Amino acid sequence: MRFDLTVPWQLSAALGPDLLLAGGAMLLLLWCVWRPESAGHQRSVGAWSIALCVLTIAAVFWYGHQQVTSGPGIIAVDSFRWAADLIFLGATIIALMLAMDYNERERITVAESHVLVLLATSGAMLLAASRDLMMIFLGVELMSISVYVLAGLNRRSAVAAEAALKYFLLGAFSTGFLLYGIALLYGVTGTTNLAAIGQWASVAGRASSPMLLVGIALLLVGFAFKVAAVPFHMWTPDVYDGAPTPYSAYMAAAVKAGAFAAFFRVWLEAFPLAAPSWHGALWWIAAITMVVGNLVALAQSSIKRLLAYSSIAHAGYILVALVSGTALGAASFLFYLTAYTLATMGAFAVVIALGQAGEIRLAVTDYSGLWRVRPWLALAMAVFMLALLGFPLAGGMGFFAKWYVLQAALRAPQPQTRLAVVLVLTSFVSAGYYLRVLKVMFMNPRAADMPDPMRVPALTQIVIGFAAGLLLVFGILPSPALEFSRWGVSVSGPMAETPIGPPLTRLDR
Amino acid sequence: MRDFLASIGYSGWVLPVLLVLPLLGVVAIQAEGAVSRRSGSDIAAQGAARWIALLAFLAEFVVSAGLWWSFEPASAGWQARVDIPWIPEWGARFTLGVDGISLFMVLLTTFIMPLAVLGSWTSVRDKLRGYYSLMLVLTTGMIGVFLSLDLLLFYVMWEIMLVPMYFIIGIWGGERRIYASLKFFLFTFVGSLLMLVAVIYLWLSAGRGETFAYEVILGNSGQFSHHAALLLFGAFFAAFAVKVPMFPFHTWLPDAHVEAPTAGSVVLASIMLKMGTYGFLRFAMPFFPSAAMYPWVRATILSLAVISIVYGALVAMVQPDFKKLVAYSSVSHLGFVMLGIFALTLQSVQGALMVMINHGISTGALFLLVGMIYERRHSRLIDAYGGIARVMPMFAAILTLVSLSSIGLPGTNGFVGEFLVLLGSFRVHPYLTLVATTGVIFAAAYLLWAIQRILFNRLDKPENEHLPDLNGREVGMMAVLALAILWIGVFPAPILRRMESSAAAFVQTVESGARRGALAEPVGPIAVNGGGR
Repeated sequence: MRFDLTVPWQLSAALGPDLLLAGGAMLLLLWCVWRPESAGHQRSVGAWSIALCVLTIAAVFWYGHQQVTSGPGIIAVDSFRWAADLIFLGATIIALMLAMDYNERERITVAESHVLVLLATSGAMLLAASRDLMMIFLGVELMSISVYVLAGLNRRSAVAAEAALKYFLLGAFSTGFLLYGIALLYGVTGTTNLAAIGQWASVAGRASSPMLLVGIALLLVGFAFKVAAVPFHMWTPDVYDGAPTPYSAYMAAAVKAGAFAAFFRVWLEAFPLAAPSWHGALWWIAAITMVVGNLVALAQSSIKRLLAYSSIAHAGYILVALVSGTALGAASFLFYLTAYTLATMGAFAVVIALGQAGEIRLAVTDYSGLWRVRPWLALAMAVFMLALLGFPLAGGMGFFAKWYVLQAALRAPQPQTRLAVVLVLTSFVSAGYYLRVLKVMFMNPRAADMPDPMRVPALTQIVIGFAAGLLLVFGILPSPALEFSRWGVSVSGPMAETPIGPPLTRLDR
Repeated sequence: MRDFLASIGYSGWVLPVLLVLPLLGVVAIQAEGAVSRRSGSDIAAQGAARWIALLAFLAEFVVSAGLWWSFEPASAGWQARVDIPWIPEWGARFTLGVDGISLFMVLLTTFIMPLAVLGSWTSVRDKLRGYYSLMLVLTTGMIGVFLSLDLLLFYVMWEIMLVPMYFIIGIWGGERRIYASLKFFLFTFVGSLLMLVAVIYLWLSAGRGETFAYEVILGNSGQFSHHAALLLFGAFFAAFAVKVPMFPFHTWLPDAHVEAPTAGSVVLASIMLKMGTYGFLRFAMPFFPSAAMYPWVRATILSLAVISIVYGALVAMVQPDFKKLVAYSSVSHLGFVMLGIFALTLQSVQGALMVMINHGISTGALFLLVGMIYERRHSRLIDAYGGIARVMPMFAAILTLVSLSSIGLPGTNGFVGEFLVLLGSFRVHPYLTLVATTGVIFAAAYLLWAIQRILFNRLDKPENEHLPDLNGREVGMMAVLALAILWIGVFPAPILRRMESSAAAFVQTVESGARRGALAEPVGPIAVNGGGR
């Protein structure tokens, strides 16, 4: 099936899953205010939200299966979009399940919170779909504004309010950069369409036009802020630390993923010819992000801040895939994102399971001797930590994810050997803090006055078991996930045409 | 026996079964745990776990023992080969096989593991299910390392061993267990990561990004430029030299060995140290012969090997702690292995393989003996004992025998290996070998001196007057080890026969590869210091 995006109804059809999710979210919003706030209502809205996500996943599958394509226009209809959507929706379901249990424990009865998550996901899906800078701006705003509210959802918590305010102010500032970059790009190229910008720059001499470069630089700042890359990462630890934990997990996974999806598309579709000018900047951002994220994580004593810095470090690893600038890089991004989403959300789920009302007990040392009282929980956390470390088998998919990114870096037309070395060395550094969590859980004695952790609610249990299980299965047999990520760059779209470098023939270049 | 094995299709399934059996043991232990938790029996009493583990290890040994008969000594190729697609997208395959080198490493592993379980029968009292599950997982990893013929599979197995051992040291270890376990993990991990980079490079270059198969990469490894081969060899060297451990990469070893529980020390010393030397034999040297045999590389490694021999022995001599003494003696023994491998004559390589086996048996036995007196007296200090031969005659007899085998007395296994190494190395490096020989003398000095102070001085400590002698379990396991020591010492021919063609093939591969590299290289002939035979 091929959509002609200039015809309104066909454009709407091409946006089918997005409209389904956004429209369903609106209906749910009405359902929210229909009944008074209560714990039961909160749960039922959550359940309906999950059902809506499942429905959307089915729609995405259908679109992907039909191999629909489109003519030129403001949105992309290709497998990269569907693959990214599936990851967002999976992360959303996990976040909703965690939030239902969490809200009940924290006595948050605002049922609209679930709808906000759905709206943020709509924004992320829009980002993955957009082939136009204005659409990207809309997606970023839809996603960010919903998440600002989610960060401050717990009105009784002062840190949450601080996190929300900080996130909002800095986020608004960075959106300003993004918008200014878009304006400059429009000013110099006369279009906001990614393909058209790419075509404009293909005329000799234009790719180094100063205004284009300034525009790219501002866009880079905006995206780097959204994906939490150093040096635009300062908000991340505070916000992840202060926000309610399910939404920290959501931000670390889905929000970051949405921003990255747009980042990849803009850079691979609009700016490939300007690569000589942005390559250096992106290279350094990737390298510094890996180094700073991992080094600072070593010094963290709070588990949420530790995971926040770990998510910064992982943004650096994903940037390596972007720097390689190939379809293989985009495929490795999808694979990495799957592994990272499962591991990070799983780790946050364990944090939720072990937290207590009011978000206390968040220091790493509060996990002392966890193995003696909750062996399976400790084992699951060990899997997530080792997955983030990129350890084979015990860390499941994590190892293959790093392998894939390294492969993409080394097989790029200009092999990123040095960046690959930085990735490997910083992975070694990261062992320092991931192992510390393991050490505390398994080797430290449990203090006598430490209360036993509360019973883990059913949905949280399911999330933890599912994430750990999937990581381990894909860690032994990664082929289905590899197929998925390859499919993600296969059908239509200029990304499928970007070259994969040849295997190395000589090593000494 | 061979007919019987052939009739049950033994060589078709034995290798995967060896990997799966320990994992079935883990499942059984956890299932038993779930059942007994449900029935509400005492949670602390997890004794069933050790029986299950022991049975699993005995079954593993019985299954693996068939390899001894089914192995065809005349062939240097892979036997009992299994090849299943694993990750078709990257060309990784689940390829297993044995040759005369890995055969004995596998047999050593399956032989030592039941004894290691018996060695921790009473000394580990806490969290038995976790402990024995980790031991079983560890075994799968170790056997996987020795059997893998696919570079990615090898790397995965190599890494996976780290986790169980990290936990075994860190949870059931001694006072400084956390420090020791972290040091062990990080040292090994940094080496492995460098190897990972080399594996990726090999895959993309020699494997064309399509295969990790050992033979393909071996066949294409001649294409590397001299510079690249040196770098890649260096990356593999980092991983393997830490594991061996060679001076100066050995500093994790005394900590890990001393802090680990008895069975952990046994596994570390008997099996895990062999992975480093095995890695040199299987990967680093055949892949990059021109780099490994490059004059200054070879001279450096040979010197480090000899330094390890002498340094390990000298440091062992001054240790007040008996377990640490044994740990440093490992550095010395593994130095002989490295000397034998890099001297690269048929005798020296066979000798190195023998030392690998013998060190596994003798040092494993020494660690078990240390564990036995530590359980009784809760001290590892040599000074805490003295004259206990009078109260523990059986212990004294066995310790003396094992020490003599570790020293290399003729008639025990230790003699066969070290003699062959020295004999083979003397022909090509007489001066280095001369220095290495002093290692044997120092070994006699530190071990005899230690057993004199432990067993034979005056019985002057009142705490030692009522130490119980070895019980039936302990005598049984030590008797098995003593039999192995004497059998290999008196009649090593069946072992040497089985390893001969693989060792010869190894020497031939490396020598011809080095010669080819030397011809391509304008720097001059490779073995300047008399490597030609």
